Amino acid sequence: MSDVLKRRFFDQIKVMFGWEPSKPTEITPAAQKIHFYKKGNRDLIAQKLHARAHAEHKNTWRNRRWATLILANLLFVVSFALDIQILEGALTASRFVGFHLIDLNSALQVMLAHKHIINNLLIGTGTVLVLWVLFGGRTFCSWVCPYHLVAEWAEKIHLWLAGKKLVTDQTMDRRLRTVFWVVFALLALATGYTVFEAISPTGILSRALIYGPGLALLWVLALLVFEVFFSRRAWCRYACPIGLTYGVVGIISPVRIKYKLDGCFHEGDCRKVCLVPHVLDTVIKGRAVDTEVPIGPDCTRCGLCVDTCPTGSLTFEVKGLSKLA
Amino acid sequence: MSDNENDRKPAAEATPPLSKAKRQTNRRRVLRTILLTGGVLGAGLSGFLPLIYSQKKRLRPPGALDEKDFLASCIKCGQCVQVCPVSAIKLADLIDGMGVGTPYIDARAQACDFSCDAVQCVLACPTGSLTYHKPSFLPVRAGAALAAKPILLAKEKDPEPTLNLGERMGVARLTRPEACLAVQGKGFKGQTRGPDFKGTMRYMDVDRWKPIRIADHPYDVPECDLCARECPIKGAISIETVFAPDGSKRKSPVVHEPCVGCGVCEMVCPVEPAAITIEAREVWKT
Repeated sequence: MSDVLKRRFFDQIKVMFGWEPSKPTEITPAAQKIHFYKKGNRDLIAQKLHARAHAEHKNTWRNRRWATLILANLLFVVSFALDIQILEGALTASRFVGFHLIDLNSALQVMLAHKHIINNLLIGTGTVLVLWVLFGGRTFCSWVCPYHLVAEWAEKIHLWLAGKKLVTDQTMDRRLRTVFWVVFALLALATGYTVFEAISPTGILSRALIYGPGLALLWVLALLVFEVFFSRRAWCRYACPIGLTYGVVGIISPVRIKYKLDGCFHEGDCRKVCLVPHVLDTVIKGRAVDTEVPIGPDCTRCGLCVDTCPTGSLTFEVKGLSKLA
Repeated sequence: MSDNENDRKPAAEATPPLSKAKRQTNRRRVLRTILLTGGVLGAGLSGFLPLIYSQKKRLRPPGALDEKDFLASCIKCGQCVQVCPVSAIKLADLIDGMGVGTPYIDARAQACDFSCDAVQCVLACPTGSLTYHKPSFLPVRAGAALAAKPILLAKEKDPEPTLNLGERMGVARLTRPEACLAVQGKGFKGQTRGPDFKGTMRYMDVDRWKPIRIADHPYDVPECDLCARECPIKGAISIETVFAPDGSKRKSPVVHEPCVGCGVCEMVCPVEPAAITIEAREVWKT
């Protein structure tokens, strides 16, 4: 990794914790050349319109992701409902054909609250840690978390209402999520209650799917209403400590989105569909520090940008392997 | 935050002073952030409120740690729910505050009858909330410990007849002696709890391994002894002759020390509401 990319790597970790992305102080000569070329070349606009006309809207990655998310949750549901015992439990903790799997954030809450760690808890947490290091950290959010899916649908309603100028997205300070992470960890430690688990929409929804609905769904509904009428994807963007936990895991993950500078027209469509647009600051004209820039750890690897990009400048990449799509 | 805005600015430039409008926007953003902080923390901490009125104690599954430790360690996954052969375990809802998603047993609706023989819920628990071996640093309340490993009548003849339980879940009490059929000297004939009752139990004389509906197992007893008859634990309850306050002799169920508080007696009690009930998390007092 070159020095500029290394610097960006650490900058992106800061961005995940809530800092705003900053303009690069150093850009590689190769990238500078492309930036300079783009600045001076007005024909690009014609090319852009051409590409736009030919770009067909794809939902490839979204469909794959939705299918995976629904299948994963369905596997939980049928394992209990039909008693096929493949994936027993809920998203907080489960057993896949006997192997313990324990959600990292739930495990953390329990460890802090109970202050006693038994082997099964450790094994399950370790397994899940390895799993999400391999698969990309916040991949959990967009590919497994059931709240993500309903929030995506709520987001569609929000955007439709916003298009009609009935609502506006009220943004917030992203550092709040880090604050929540620390506050909920301290609360668990100090009170001995897994305070966050009581309000985690991921846990509530997962249990509601498997064991039947309950009043706790009202809290999830309240969050969705808040997101539809007030602030786009507020829970995932500004609140959820689970996202940050998996984000930290994603720092060292080989699975990520890669940005290629040369083909990009800087239209910003990717940033418009993104849950975490701050990770895509590199696509802003003049910001890319190199010709190829990996996207930071807060990215949920949902692939919406890959689907949206008309030029194929954003692709899935497994570090060390050839590209996936 | 829009792209165009950023596009127009050259790469490295000192940040200009913020306009009045921008300052106002920022101020509002801070207020909104505080609002969300309050909302989420309020919701999280609201869990402490119901603890006040959830003093009605829930009967936890066998092997559960003491309530405070149980709430700290339960990861709310429901694996105990999944393994229970009689579906005795349910998950608590919002009104249980911090206990949302934690398992409990409503003994009157469906008691734990140890149909699984081995306390499967304890085996399934990934965090040690339900445990065979309580960690040494957690104290055992006086009277919570069982004097001996309870003998499960269903496997009394097995080489290993005991249940791996060190502490009781609660204790059965004859809370309404005046309603008890045994006390009144009455018998019982028919389906206890009526034909629509969904509760199931395994009957040794029907099938050692398959629990059946209680409604499918009618009784005909000259003197009601259903609680003692169906109790799965050896020596936990018996019908004894006792002296009434007026000096006259009468029959009555008497609970003994081996009672683990499983709730089968409460489930099968034919009177409504049950004359014998489980006092959840209660300890044995002589």
